Amino acid sequence: MENRETDAATGVETTGHDWDGIKELNNPLPRWWLWTFYATIIWSIGYVIAYPAIPLVTDATKGVLGYTSRGEVAAEMAAVEAARSDKVARIAELSINDIAEDKELYQFAVSAGRSAYKVHCSQCHGSGATGAAGYPNLNDDDWLWAGDLEGIAATIRHGVRFAGDDDSRFAEMPAFGRDQLLGKSEIASIAAYVASFSNIEHDPALAGEGEPLYATNCAACHGAKGEGDRDQGAPNLRDPIWLYGGTLDEIIVQIGAPKHGVMPGWGDRLGEPLVKQLAIYVHSLGGGE
Amino acid sequence: MATTPKSSGEIERFDVEAVNAQDRRQPLYAPREKIHPKRASGDFRRLKWIIMAVTLTIYYVTPWLRWERGFHAPDQAVLVDVANRRFYFFMIEIWPQEFYYVAGLLMMAGIGLFFVTSSVGRAWCGYTCPQTVWVDLFLVVERFFEGDRNARIRLDGASFSLSKFRKRLFKHVTWLLIAVATGGAWIFYFADAPTLLRELFLGEAALIAYATVAVLTATTYVFGGHMREQVCTYMCPWPRIQGAMQDAHSLVVTYNDWRGEPRRPRNREDRVKDQAVGDCVDCNACVAVCPMGIDIRDGQQLECITCALCIDACDSVMDKIGRERGLISYATLADYTDNMALARSDNGAINPEQARDPAGGRLNPGFKTKGLASALRPRTFVYLGVWSLIGLAMLVVLLNRGTLDLNILHDRNPLYVQLSDGGIRNGYTVKILNKRAGARALRLSVDGLPGAGIWAAGSTDGPSKFLTVDAGADRLATTKIFVRAEPSASTVQRIAFRFIVTDDATGESAEYETWFEGPEGK
Repeated sequence: MENRETDAATGVETTGHDWDGIKELNNPLPRWWLWTFYATIIWSIGYVIAYPAIPLVTDATKGVLGYTSRGEVAAEMAAVEAARSDKVARIAELSINDIAEDKELYQFAVSAGRSAYKVHCSQCHGSGATGAAGYPNLNDDDWLWAGDLEGIAATIRHGVRFAGDDDSRFAEMPAFGRDQLLGKSEIASIAAYVASFSNIEHDPALAGEGEPLYATNCAACHGAKGEGDRDQGAPNLRDPIWLYGGTLDEIIVQIGAPKHGVMPGWGDRLGEPLVKQLAIYVHSLGGGE
Repeated sequence: MATTPKSSGEIERFDVEAVNAQDRRQPLYAPREKIHPKRASGDFRRLKWIIMAVTLTIYYVTPWLRWERGFHAPDQAVLVDVANRRFYFFMIEIWPQEFYYVAGLLMMAGIGLFFVTSSVGRAWCGYTCPQTVWVDLFLVVERFFEGDRNARIRLDGASFSLSKFRKRLFKHVTWLLIAVATGGAWIFYFADAPTLLRELFLGEAALIAYATVAVLTATTYVFGGHMREQVCTYMCPWPRIQGAMQDAHSLVVTYNDWRGEPRRPRNREDRVKDQAVGDCVDCNACVAVCPMGIDIRDGQQLECITCALCIDACDSVMDKIGRERGLISYATLADYTDNMALARSDNGAINPEQARDPAGGRLNPGFKTKGLASALRPRTFVYLGVWSLIGLAMLVVLLNRGTLDLNILHDRNPLYVQLSDGGIRNGYTVKILNKRAGARALRLSVDGLPGAGIWAAGSTDGPSKFLTVDAGADRLATTKIFVRAEPSASTVQRIAFRFIVTDDATGESAEYETWFEGPEGK
């Protein structure tokens, strides 16, 4: 090395690098730092042997410990399942009403149901279970089929209008307009009469015309006063909760060509304990009976 | 008062170099030169012994003090109960919601440090810092087994022998025992001390307890036994900040050149006769006792922790040669500068004949040494004032705090629910803080929401005017509740109202204002 240069102020040799007159001292690494550096090299050799490390064309070296991050997740999940297995077994064995009696088990079911709800139900019913047009709100006290624990569990288990389950809840309202069972003006008068149940803006004269038509065509399912019938899945028409919208126009559309939502039956996919947990969670949202 | 220098042979002169003196400062990568501080004795050493005894006693004994609180709470006087989220300090109990007390204490600690440092320099470093106290303690052990400075230097240089091995073994074992006790005492602040002690020995304590003891044992042993002054010089940020805290009127350990120079050994035969000399006999006693390895006669320097041991060392020498104490003393830079000006002759050199009357032997009465009076200045009063204000404010808040508090969280999703009868339902999580030592039934009601009814989630009672909530002794009661409002309320989007929780037995109450959400007004 010919261009050796020693810094006057410190007496230390420089590296020869020069940035706008600022030079770098060629100080050695601190020893502890150097030792740490050597230690990491030794560590890395052991690591490469023990763990998956060197990428190959389609794979990587496996490492003698056989570690995989997927395997670790699976083990953690299994540990969680194992820790819950006692409670899950009790939930499987008890009736859903008995679970609600056991405070600790009930809390477990609500929490487990809450997380399962986020995975399986929130896509349609919303993360806050508030639903949307065509998807029922699960927080309120208005139930199409049933609002008690057993009933909610049955709905989850078998679904609604679900072709894959013979026990699925099923109801179908005739398409009065599309199938030409009723004329346009008749539908309009029935809609006005239905609107009169819950003070939706309507023409009272028209509603008077609709009353006899309602009695013949609608009362069998929806009840004489629009109170609905859960056994047939016929919605209550007197409350301010409307699955497909509560304006006069929306009611006319629904009478003419009713939309029918479908919910899959979850019993086969999720298993009975999880169905019970979901039912308990939905029941706990505030509208449960 | 005339003083006669006593005969020269009495002053021991130490063959010592200040390894960390500025002009000897090693390159950063040079290995450390070991310091062998000599034992000092005197007023400051005595004060340091007392402070050491008091601080160590506080540290080791505090977790074992008991304080009866009743069934609901632990009986340890000082306890940081992480699991139950409580901090107990004798009669005071702090909930996590009251963390501002801790923030206040930290502010007081910070401002207190400003106050102390601006008044008397790095007194924290020199007297009470755990690093200083434990190094002192470790030095006591070292001295006990290996002897004082000279014996230790000899032992370091001696070749291996059974006696050296034995001394070293005892020293390190004792250090480790102290280190384990230090780490062990720390964890007792976080759990019931007698129970934890038994669990520790039975191997039943939590892993984190053993890990904490292990880490603190290692740091105590390494910092106190091996790294010592390097912790202060290289690791600790405080020495770097101190410059901002000190000014020309802060008392710091100072070598008073104006009466010490020119320094001359008194016991050298070849000393220059008939030449006036300063008080410093260049005996190096101040360097020999210094735990930081510096020479205070070089002036203020970064390494100095102001432990004042050099003052003790020098004072005893001054006593021997019959001069006034205080050649090394606590002095302010302002006094020092004035005194220096007084002692300098026209050519800028210190003239001992200006410092001391050659005939009478008295120090020039013009020299100033204000001492503690220099702490009285606007800056320190401001620090003290702010410090007292925070303390006073905390005390007032502490003495007037209630035993009942209420927090409300409105449900975010859904914000509101339309009910089939036309009403609107909102959900709330109610947190009632019962800070009393006894359980009580509390009445929760709402105010400002006409026709509202409340009920607990999961209950079948339906809406009512109020709800009774059972709150355990010294516990937080969390309840999910629903509020239903009359249909008219649903015509506006938000209504402000209050939750009120009342203890009917005592009349105590707490309230919380929140919102009732409804559909967009139509």
